[in-house]
Amino acid sequence: MESRKEVFLGHVVLVIGALIALYPFGSILFQALTPAPGSTAQGLTLENFVGAWTRGGFSRSLLNSAVVAIIVVLLTAVVAVLAGYALSVLRFRFRTIVFGVLLVGLVMPSESRIIPLYSMFQSLGLLNTRLALILPQVASSFPLAAFWMSNYFAQLPKSLQEAAALDGAGEFATLRHVYAPLGMTAVATLSCLVFLYTWNEFMLALVLMPDDASVQTAPLSLSFFAGNERTTEPEVIAAAAVLVALPVVIAYFILQRRFMKGLLEGAVK
Amino acid sequence: MTDSPSRSSSTNSRRAAKRPAAGEALSPFKARHLLYLLPGLAIYIVFSIVPILQTLEYSFYRWDGITPARWVGMRNYVALLTNPKTLSTFGHGLVMILFYAVLPTLIALFIVAIMTRVRIRLLGFFRTVLFLPQILATVVVAVAWRWIYANDGPINGVLDFLGLGFLSRAWLGDFDTALPAVGLIGTWVSFGLCMVLFIGGVQRIDRGLYEAARLDGAGPFREFMAITLPSLQGEISIALILGVTNALRNFDIVWNTTSGGPGTSTLVPSYFIYEAAFIVRNVGLASAAAVLLTLVILLMTGAIGRTMRQRH
Repeated sequence: MESRKEVFLGHVVLVIGALIALYPFGSILFQALTPAPGSTAQGLTLENFVGAWTRGGFSRSLLNSAVVAIIVVLLTAVVAVLAGYALSVLRFRFRTIVFGVLLVGLVMPSESRIIPLYSMFQSLGLLNTRLALILPQVASSFPLAAFWMSNYFAQLPKSLQEAAALDGAGEFATLRHVYAPLGMTAVATLSCLVFLYTWNEFMLALVLMPDDASVQTAPLSLSFFAGNERTTEPEVIAAAAVLVALPVVIAYFILQRRFMKGLLEGAVK
Repeated sequence: MTDSPSRSSSTNSRRAAKRPAAGEALSPFKARHLLYLLPGLAIYIVFSIVPILQTLEYSFYRWDGITPARWVGMRNYVALLTNPKTLSTFGHGLVMILFYAVLPTLIALFIVAIMTRVRIRLLGFFRTVLFLPQILATVVVAVAWRWIYANDGPINGVLDFLGLGFLSRAWLGDFDTALPAVGLIGTWVSFGLCMVLFIGGVQRIDRGLYEAARLDGAGPFREFMAITLPSLQGEISIALILGVTNALRNFDIVWNTTSGGPGTSTLVPSYFIYEAAFIVRNVGLASAAAVLLTLVILLMTGAIGRTMRQRH
């Protein structure tokens, strides 16, 4: 039923769309590989990356980002598995109230909590620490993560719980030996999503760690580094941007199914 | 009411954090189940729910963040809704909705309409590439587009090449073009997501419907209006809800491209909130703006969800 002309036209449109989607990142990648003015390098070069790495302190900020993101992902996964188990398998009485409270966090923008968070961490003396970035991000990931795990556990057969109970396993043992191992695929997709959000977070980092370069995350460092256009060549800034994007881009191309599933299902919720 | 908001609310947060544990006494069975919820819920309540309530509280005070706060009732809200500068800020937010939600949805619908009858080869590849803008850090997106819009960037290069050099300018630094230039970055971020959503939706449509429509002599336009558009309602509402939310929360891109300038031509609500709270230090006014922004987001996304569901 499909005519040749339609097939051709449809794919031409798709290719144009794909090129538009690729162009901005492709162009900074190309710019980053181009020798900066005053450089003696010919053709394509990696020296801009070396420049960004040493002058922009990106070895430290990329490490900070990794530490923050990994801790947020692990913490979120643990509390979400526990909560999802309670909400779906144990099915205690007030769970609709809990779902309602979680829904609030799903729809609220971070602007609605950023000012008191700043005051809170200021009075605790925790501004400019990694903790000030980790805790709010676990808090903002928790509603989606709890719904996610709860939905996943709820679709597993009831007989699992009954069989575990017959074997004399208690509630926690059932979670540890039956539900948690089965939930690992859901945890993996969820973790991709949480990692992505945490790695890319900008506003919380800007407000909660503005003054101490030694704890700042990569997007924040990039923002400050790119702000010094008068002293830094655009080629080096482009290299810095590629460095910041690269871990996520590589993870995305390796785990694209998981990312896509996570982003689409996360969006639907 | 001279109590500073931060002090009065720190007792709130302690009380709120304990609330789930208070159920322990009722029945041992329930208490054990609450233990599973407690770690996540405690972090969530202390660092999300309590701050949200505190923002509401701050919005009724005049406070510089240091000296004692003064209760001013609704005056922050009145100030926001009567000041032309803040009103234009929210107006810019609405313009952003056009670029972040409406435009990408229309573009993606148009493209999908062309392709409804085609089985797509390499669908996985196209999906991956179209999704790429979604996973890039907004700061990286901003750096890339700053170069695209720059004086010596590719847009001006193409204009020069076409002999239209008189049109070239610093797109992000020009009063007339800065706002749409920032908006188009949002269109670029969103259009791939819309396309992936809609392509997925179209492939679920029963092929028989199209064959029946064609037997009835329907042209491509009738076919689109009668079959494709109604079938995609769920996906369209998701695309619009995400687009509206991102448009109104457009802080990162603005901060990293124009900082609200030139003048206040790209000042958007979330940037205004940041500036008022952390630079001008009018915490009450910033909080009131945050409350208004949240209300606008909730009302608009709620309305989109509702109309789409009713039509379904």
